Amino acid sequence: MLRINNLHASVEDKEILKGLSLEIKPGEVHAIMGPNGAGKSTLGNVLSGRDGYEVSSGTVEFKGANLFDLAVEERAREGVFLAFQYPVEIPGVSNMEFLKVSVDTVRKHKGLPALSSVEFMKLARTTSQKVKLDQAFLKRGVNEGFSGGEKKRNEILQMMLLEPSLCILDETDSGLDIDALQTVADGVNAMRNKDRSFIVVTHYQRLLDYIVPDYVHVLADGKIVKSGDKSLAKELEAKGYGWLEGGVA
Amino acid sequence: MSEQVEHLISKEYAAGFHTAIESETLPPGLNEDVVRFISAKKDEPEWMLDWRLQAFRAWQEMESPDWAKVKYPPVDFQSISYYSAPKSMDERPQSLDEVDPELLATYEKLGIPLHEQAVLAGVAMDVVFDSVSVVTTFREKLLEAGVIFCSISEAIEKYPELIKKYLGSVVPQKDNYFAALNSAVFSDGSFVFIPKGVRCPMELSTYFRINEQNTGQFERTLIVAEEGSHVSYLEGCTAPMRDENQLHAAVVELVACDNAEIKYSTVQNWYPGDAEGKGGIYNFVTKRGVCHESAKISWTQVETGSAITWKYPSCILRGDNSVGEFYSVALTNNLQQADTGTKMIHIGKNTRSTIIAKGISAGRSDSSYRGLVRMNPGADGARNFTQCDSLLIGDRCGAHTFPYIESKNPSAVIEHEATTSKVSDDQMFLCAQRGLDPEKAVSMIVNGFCREVFKELPMEFAVEAGKLLEVSLEGSVG
Ligand SMILES: Nc1ncnc2c1ncn2[C@@H]1O[C@H](COP(=O)(O)OP(=O)(O)OP(=O)(O)O)[C@@H](O)[C@H]1O
Ligand SMILES: [Mg+2]
Repeated sequence: MLRINNLHASVEDKEILKGLSLEIKPGEVHAIMGPNGAGKSTLGNVLSGRDGYEVSSGTVEFKGANLFDLAVEERAREGVFLAFQYPVEIPGVSNMEFLKVSVDTVRKHKGLPALSSVEFMKLARTTSQKVKLDQAFLKRGVNEGFSGGEKKRNEILQMMLLEPSLCILDETDSGLDIDALQTVADGVNAMRNKDRSFIVVTHYQRLLDYIVPDYVHVLADGKIVKSGDKSLAKELEAKGYGWLEGGVA
Repeated sequence: MSEQVEHLISKEYAAGFHTAIESETLPPGLNEDVVRFISAKKDEPEWMLDWRLQAFRAWQEMESPDWAKVKYPPVDFQSISYYSAPKSMDERPQSLDEVDPELLATYEKLGIPLHEQAVLAGVAMDVVFDSVSVVTTFREKLLEAGVIFCSISEAIEKYPELIKKYLGSVVPQKDNYFAALNSAVFSDGSFVFIPKGVRCPMELSTYFRINEQNTGQFERTLIVAEEGSHVSYLEGCTAPMRDENQLHAAVVELVACDNAEIKYSTVQNWYPGDAEGKGGIYNFVTKRGVCHESAKISWTQVETGSAITWKYPSCILRGDNSVGEFYSVALTNNLQQADTGTKMIHIGKNTRSTIIAKGISAGRSDSSYRGLVRMNPGADGARNFTQCDSLLIGDRCGAHTFPYIESKNPSAVIEHEATTSKVSDDQMFLCAQRGLDPEKAVSMIVNGFCREVFKELPMEFAVEAGKLLEVSLEGSVG
């Protein structure tokens, strides 16, 4: 699915990713943990192609092709999905319209027949029930006036509708209450299958009780400094990051 | 990304073709003889000619206004032709079958089929080509309901009493420089009369087209809604692409009698000039309505065209409990300039007005909102709510707000809100991350920004307006 090899990337001439390597096979869930400022969001941004990130060396292969050959929207259509740490608002554009346009675009790219408005509305309603987002949110502007937790649930709604092949969740659990955490985890678990992979960025071991990862990595100072299975998360919870090689904060 | 966004705004103007049609065009120049010629051409009665001449003499004494935030070289009024009409219109056609097929083809190409079976269901249309009204559809059907919908030339001939009573009653001949010019040389336009208690059975619409070179268009629209009547009216306009600037100076007068309601919508798409600011229409328009007791006038405008827009559709809330509304979207791109807004003059008690103005600036354009809310001493309990929002695309454009508030009544309440925002890189990234093309993203964000205004437009035209914005923004993302 994804093969990152010795990736170096910088923002405003400051190197953030300093030789990151990671391989993710179809169907796997990888959790990434690590101190603030380590470069976790940067990794998500570089993979999805956000402007302002300079890749100086290294390669990323996505489904066997060079990821950097694709523009942001092409990566999205090919199945790269980023659930934002801080979802942005688009006032006046109804959530329903936004979802429809993006689902239409992605379906078209996949060669799937377009959904009629009625079919789509049905789908959007049942899916929003799954993430416990009231139907009223479909009519409101994209994220407009949504609470922090509602925004995160809206991200999961988008993910479920778009059915991407690589889902990158950037601290989707931050700011969620216990019930919402369960809802989000249920959404992710329902989508897990042998073809779909996940990168789950989190600070809290708790999420990983709900979404059980195949691997846990520690990203510190722009590199993966330690990898393990889910027990590593527990160890981190108990000991913090200080004991790790490289002596990170 | 913002560079990209900015680049998204260079479009082909789809309505920019010229129709090769034989026209009778007056040589450029303006003097009393020209005024007499126009009046004679239309077989006008003496009183009409006198009215025009009064306006012309007043205009000669006046000076072009310079307070608007627009820059342009002085207009040479002697280099403009004040009358141009297709030859085939010499004998005014009595029905669509008699209209020059070349003209019908022009409108077909503009997406406005005129055959009654083909036109938008339930919309009657008056079509003005350069200086003359070509055809008005559905007249008989409207007359059955007592509604008069015809060209203003025909109204002067057939309904002189109504014209004498109402023409200039809202916008006097000497109101301002451009209104005076229009009063002297107006060549055609639409007239609407809705009798007492009638709800107009269909949408009325006028489509203005400037075709000839070096020709000014000076149309005059008058809408009278008698007690308790109701009408919704829409105007649209386009012009060929030309390197020279062309002048359009219209006057629109609305009279809403007690309990009447007039909804006036505009989708303005005059040629805006090219990316270097060459050519385009100077759109200097005076629009005003008067509301009697418990009447309501609602102006909705979507302005995407013209090199320069100078217009302030206004409401005089004379009667107690009357209501004025102004909903506006003004989009400027490249080197376009728009100075537009409204005036709400509260005279009666408990009068209410709402102003929602959305300005979108892209390229190196400049867009200003200029609005006056005046509460007269007698306007007890009057209320106004104003909201001005500006959206900037790129960082070389400008948006300005000039609200003027004059309150002479302590019980009146005026609220004003203003915001300025940008199409942010974060919004663009979110859209792209969900698979959207940059063009689609910008147009969706801009449409969302305009939503409150679009929902005021008649359904068919709301869709049209959305598409128009999309086209106007094409090329602003690369
Ligand atoms: N646009 C930018 N300009 C300057 N510095 C940036 C920019 N974006 C990120 N950085 C810097 O890059 C480093 C990594 O940021 P990143 O957001 O990837 O961290 P993170 O691991 O996601 O942290 P957190 O756990 O706090 O979310 C930080 O030091 C941050 O300040
Ligand atoms: Mg982060």
